[in-house]
Amino acid sequence: MIPVETEMKSTREAFGQALVELGRENNKVVVLSGDLEDSTRCEYFKKEFPERFFNLGIAEQDLVGTAVGLTFEGWIPFVCSFASFLLPSAYSVLRLSVCYNNKNVKLIGSHGGLTVGPDGATAQSLEDFAITRVLPNIRVICPVDAIETKKALRQIASLQGPVYMRLARIPFPVITQDAQPFEIGKANILRRGKDVSIIACGLMVSEALKAADILSREKIEAEVINMHTIKPLDEETIVQSARSAGAVVTAEEHQMYGGLGSAVAEVLGKSHPVPLEMVAVRDAFGESGEPEELLRKYQLKDTDIVNAAKKALKRKMGPE
Amino acid sequence: MLKFDIIAFQEKARHYREDILTMVCEAGSGHIGGAFSGVEILISLYHYKMRHNPQNPSWSQRDRFIMSKGHASALLYVTLADRGYFPKEELKTFRKLNSRLQGHVYSGVPGVELSTGALGQGLSVSCGIALGAKLRQSDSRVYCLLGDGEIQEGQNWEAAMTASQHKLDNLCAILDHNKIQQNDFVSKIKNEEPLADKWRSFGWKVIEVDGHNFQELAAALDALESIKGKPVFIIAHTVKGKGVSFMENQAKWHSRLPTPQERQAALEELGR
Repeated sequence: MIPVETEMKSTREAFGQALVELGRENNKVVVLSGDLEDSTRCEYFKKEFPERFFNLGIAEQDLVGTAVGLTFEGWIPFVCSFASFLLPSAYSVLRLSVCYNNKNVKLIGSHGGLTVGPDGATAQSLEDFAITRVLPNIRVICPVDAIETKKALRQIASLQGPVYMRLARIPFPVITQDAQPFEIGKANILRRGKDVSIIACGLMVSEALKAADILSREKIEAEVINMHTIKPLDEETIVQSARSAGAVVTAEEHQMYGGLGSAVAEVLGKSHPVPLEMVAVRDAFGESGEPEELLRKYQLKDTDIVNAAKKALKRKMGPE
Repeated sequence: MLKFDIIAFQEKARHYREDILTMVCEAGSGHIGGAFSGVEILISLYHYKMRHNPQNPSWSQRDRFIMSKGHASALLYVTLADRGYFPKEELKTFRKLNSRLQGHVYSGVPGVELSTGALGQGLSVSCGIALGAKLRQSDSRVYCLLGDGEIQEGQNWEAAMTASQHKLDNLCAILDHNKIQQNDFVSKIKNEEPLADKWRSFGWKVIEVDGHNFQELAAALDALESIKGKPVFIIAHTVKGKGVSFMENQAKWHSRLPTPQERQAALEELGR
């Protein structure tokens, strides 16, 4: 249950603030921006540590390549831009210079998902999980809220190797607490339920919790899992939950091909096949609109998760 | 830095070309033309100019070399083996299963800084190294070898702006300007001239040399210390397939495998 008075905060804002704290604690942290430090909030770091901040202009391939070079001298580069520009534009560099070389580059892609809003399809990143998780060596993270973003950032900085973290533009509910454990690659079960398992990431976890409330009123108990790490995927938690619930729904602000839903399907297919329904963008680009309008139009709301859960349950029961 | 010894260097160049030819022939594939064109450049770096220690490849004070034209891997491997980074015997494993000597330059090989092979990426990485060195107030230099077909990739020009913007005078890019890319002359595919003017206009100091002339290469590399406030672009005019008359200046020797007869003829010509 999400309390009515839940704090609202964007993960990009939390990232920007946490990055400054990280900069104070670790003088090896450097930040590279693709001329979007205001939008990605790494401008806070720029203000406090101008000597460790570089705006390399609108040149994503060079941005990521330069970050690779900085790792040679022991620097820990955080590369910040919009996910939809950073990853597709620099993909060959990400594949070869970063991942094949297994360099300690941290890629921060803000403006993930449809909730970018009025900027429209060009800025709405709906394929970032797919194109990153297919690469060896990289870890892929999508924090559920502002508090988790800060925890994730700390762990990202302390581990060796490439990481991609997706952030979101709009403020959304802060549903975790400082004291809750967070470990990259280890999912958090936010609500227990025996009938259906809802595996979600980012903003969609809040929608999943709301869906679970709705389902509960209809005597359907849903488990809600915050799958903040897309890669390495917590297969154990997925299989355990699928085993006990017997039906799974995934929910993400991402294309239905290649993202969290696909990743979960891969695990279930090889380990414990059960009915699976995916709540995701259905092979389409986004468009301009207010975030809430977009979530509704592209069927990424709590009610869509409820419908998907019922469909999965029906399949679990078999033909009448 | 080692002693400049032109007789020894010329002898080395001959042996390097023999070794490259043998490696590619034994592997059954590889890139001879663009490896032969860069031989004198790599000898000048690894036997004369660069500060490095084969006994301690990760020495923090070393100069770095980034082989952006990663297909000319045989040239870098021969150079590193000759300098003692790994046993020369290992060259026989080039392009074979389970070998460190991958078809394109691979960072798992001692002495190799960066895996490369998708063209256009080395200069940005070199900029990052140079920037990182300046940040930690190190006097290490970065050398980056580029192919002339390679600089058709736009990322080079993004990097060119980064290097001049940040006054990376500890960065030296060397263009192996053999004028030929995989399928034809560069000028017939995507003309890059006026090359020197282009790099000058991007804020670089440009030096042009005969890339097979050890004195000219050494003089250009020696000049680096006196150039302040801007990165340096050495245009090394070279010949693709240099050293074997029937391979010189022909696009087909970018990646062609010699027949046994051609291999023999090439070895004889190199041995003269």
